[in-house]
Amino acid sequence: MTRHTKIYWAGFAVVMAVLIVAPLVLPEFWRRFLTEVLIWGLLAMSSDLLIGYTGMISFGHSAFFGLGMYGAAAALLMFSPPNLWLAIGFGLVGAAGAALFVAYFSTRLRDIYFAITTLIFSQIFYVIIFTWTKVTGGENGLIFTRPHFSIPYLFDIRFTSTTLHWFVLAVVTGSYLILRRVTQSPFGMVLQSIRENETRTRAIGYPVQRYKIVSVMLSGIFAGLAGVLYAVQNEFAAPDFVYFVTSGDTVIFNVIGGIGTLVGPIVGAGFFQLLRELMSRIFGDQFPYLIPVGFIFIAMIIFLQQGLLGFARRWLNK
Amino acid sequence: MSALAEISPQPLVRVEDVHTYYGKSHILHGVSLEVAPGEVVGLLGRNGVGKSTTLKTIMGLVPLSQGQVLLDGQKITGLPSHKLARLGIGYVPEDRRIFRLLTVMENLRTGLDRQGVSEAQRQALLDKVFTFFPVLGERRNQAGGTLSGGEQQMLAISRAMMLEPKIILLDEPTEGLMPRMVSQIRQIIDVLHNEGVAILLVEQNVPLTLAACQRVYIMEKGAVRHHCAASEIDVHDPVIKQYLGV
Amino acid sequence: MDAVVHFFQNFPYELLLIQTINGIVTGMILALVASGLTLIFGIMDVVNFAHGELFMLGAYVGIIVISSTGNFWLALVLSSLIVGILGAAIQVTTLRPLLGRDPLNTILATFGVSLILQNFALWQFGPVSRKIDQPVTTHFQLFYLQYPWYRILIAVLSAAMIGGLYAFLKYGKFGIWIRATTQDRVMAQAMGIPVPLVHTGVFALGAAMAAASGVLFGPLGSINHTMGLDWVLKAFIVVVVGGMGNLGGSILAAIFISLLEAYASIWVDPSQAVIVSFVVLILTLLFRPTGLFATPK
Repeated sequence: MTRHTKIYWAGFAVVMAVLIVAPLVLPEFWRRFLTEVLIWGLLAMSSDLLIGYTGMISFGHSAFFGLGMYGAAAALLMFSPPNLWLAIGFGLVGAAGAALFVAYFSTRLRDIYFAITTLIFSQIFYVIIFTWTKVTGGENGLIFTRPHFSIPYLFDIRFTSTTLHWFVLAVVTGSYLILRRVTQSPFGMVLQSIRENETRTRAIGYPVQRYKIVSVMLSGIFAGLAGVLYAVQNEFAAPDFVYFVTSGDTVIFNVIGGIGTLVGPIVGAGFFQLLRELMSRIFGDQFPYLIPVGFIFIAMIIFLQQGLLGFARRWLNK
Repeated sequence: MSALAEISPQPLVRVEDVHTYYGKSHILHGVSLEVAPGEVVGLLGRNGVGKSTTLKTIMGLVPLSQGQVLLDGQKITGLPSHKLARLGIGYVPEDRRIFRLLTVMENLRTGLDRQGVSEAQRQALLDKVFTFFPVLGERRNQAGGTLSGGEQQMLAISRAMMLEPKIILLDEPTEGLMPRMVSQIRQIIDVLHNEGVAILLVEQNVPLTLAACQRVYIMEKGAVRHHCAASEIDVHDPVIKQYLGV
Repeated sequence: MDAVVHFFQNFPYELLLIQTINGIVTGMILALVASGLTLIFGIMDVVNFAHGELFMLGAYVGIIVISSTGNFWLALVLSSLIVGILGAAIQVTTLRPLLGRDPLNTILATFGVSLILQNFALWQFGPVSRKIDQPVTTHFQLFYLQYPWYRILIAVLSAAMIGGLYAFLKYGKFGIWIRATTQDRVMAQAMGIPVPLVHTGVFALGAAMAAASGVLFGPLGSINHTMGLDWVLKAFIVVVVGGMGNLGGSILAAIFISLLEAYASIWVDPSQAVIVSFVVLILTLLFRPTGLFATPK
């Protein structure tokens, strides 16, 4: 084992240990806070596959997240007793469908146009969900109950906020490991080559558009997974999450945390949520915390392009 | 060398030990040259030795990593190109680069629309150019992109003349032109010289260069290798064979 | 046969004509907004995410001016001026440092600006929607409706402003500077054109146009801090459908899409009519990705 590998996994183990122990010592509010940070982190991480590794900025992740959420909601409402695995299944299928749709159109266009069209497509989904009240509950969304953690014939446990946290942690960690594997695979290398120089990659002979479509779909599926987790944790689905703001937040987490690192966006999500929480506690609920966030965001783009964890980017990807 | 003694104490343009990179490629390895006010100086060399890059460095289009460029004794290194144009450097690039979607007149106006130019002066400049290149006058409301290669070259030079520059950087003006046009280029160089405009001429056409210039520099592999008065050598000179021969 | 007759008898011709006029009116405002966006994109390769917020701020500044002076026209002029200056400031502080970098950075930067502007508006003006009163309250008889003259006025004013923009670009020194910079930025600089200034000027111009659109739109709908997103979204669609960087194309696209939406509103709820623009976008991307109305510039 190289020295790098040893240090990396040691660090990984430490972080995992902290996150596992945390819910046992934190008060309820912070326990849920941490769980939500992990969920948003997963969403941001999924987006990093596109932004950081393929070089495509997506403003449409709210659609994937939202469809994962609503897909899970559908499963939890249609079947009794509510089944966790069906929820995940439905959510992932919903997100994958949305991703395929978006990918098919958006990947025809390069760069900036891609970003705009993902934005427009996610708004399409928003409008459909918002107005199709019969199926989606429209403005009010859907409410349902949290499923149990059960494997048929083996066991059936209710989630507590602590065990739910561990479940989310397991899913997010698993996703991270899978995504890491993907980015380090030959497929991942091609993605990065597309990011560096798309024309040359195409000239060498790679079917660039196909790679892009797969990249968008992978990204969308993991974003949908985050949506499922959110639905399971909060027991509701609302169109607000499909609105552009979610996509915007995701991009913020990515830039602040550091693109191309996979863990950076999770840190970015944490930083953002923490900042919001602190600001509302110090300055009150009405304080427009997004204004200083906006300034930090712009400053980072101009001066600290790599984001908080960017300095470790090469190291984290080895 | 006798040629060097003729250079006036204050050169108009002075390039001092300039190193320029394109990415990781070291293109200019310490280029030094001078142009006196009103002088026509030639820059010869094979393809790829860095002649165009030298002009671009003077014009601020390519950043240099070492050395400096001086205009009238003042350091102009690092100044943006639009300031250099205002200070009196005209640039006629290798591929002409006229504004294809602008008319001939509008192309000229990009240089003509300056502060401090009276209506009479404007008319005088336009008349001068249209007298020398009547074709441009005829086509003044046509889009630049509809002109032939030779006409575009005339336009590119005229456009630079609109700036009333102290020096014009001419990059391979005769490339791809018919012999009739080549002599027209020769004539315009003489006219400009007679008006006191200095010219730094990058060319592959050796006879034209030796005839039109007072001094020549010869470059190879990113540096000046030879420098003499144009009258001291001719086309068959071994120096020419060495640096420009096939 | 009866069914056909019945269809034609009950076809809402009058409503169709009314909606045609409405569609053109909204289309002209959208065209004004999209022109600013196209101008900025064509010249600086910048996708101005904050364009909708400039529109929104224009409307709010209009409200402030009107409430202190009562004069709508003064509001129109002042708002354009103030937001234009704001636009220049934004370009110099946020976009100039990014010159030469990957264009994706500018989308992110303008997104950051839109965040700040939107939340600033929320903070200063609150979440409750406001309205601007019509400057001209007379109506004329259009079939069974009292149609407000104001709407016709907006369409005419927007067309005039777009026409003014076109003339400005075609004639005059600055028009030449702008067009030269668009075609060949490097050579424009070599000709002494102060390109950084041109960029700032164009961004300011685009911002001013967005602000003017905001004030003109004011009496037609409600003004709140989130209105920017809907408009910028539609403007983006218009720009893609019209052919990116194509001024004439985006104007045609704006009117085309607005007309279709206006007609759709006859049969469906307006919040669903917006799907029409999405469909047009999808069709354009499928069959004519360079733009439905793309003509060589």
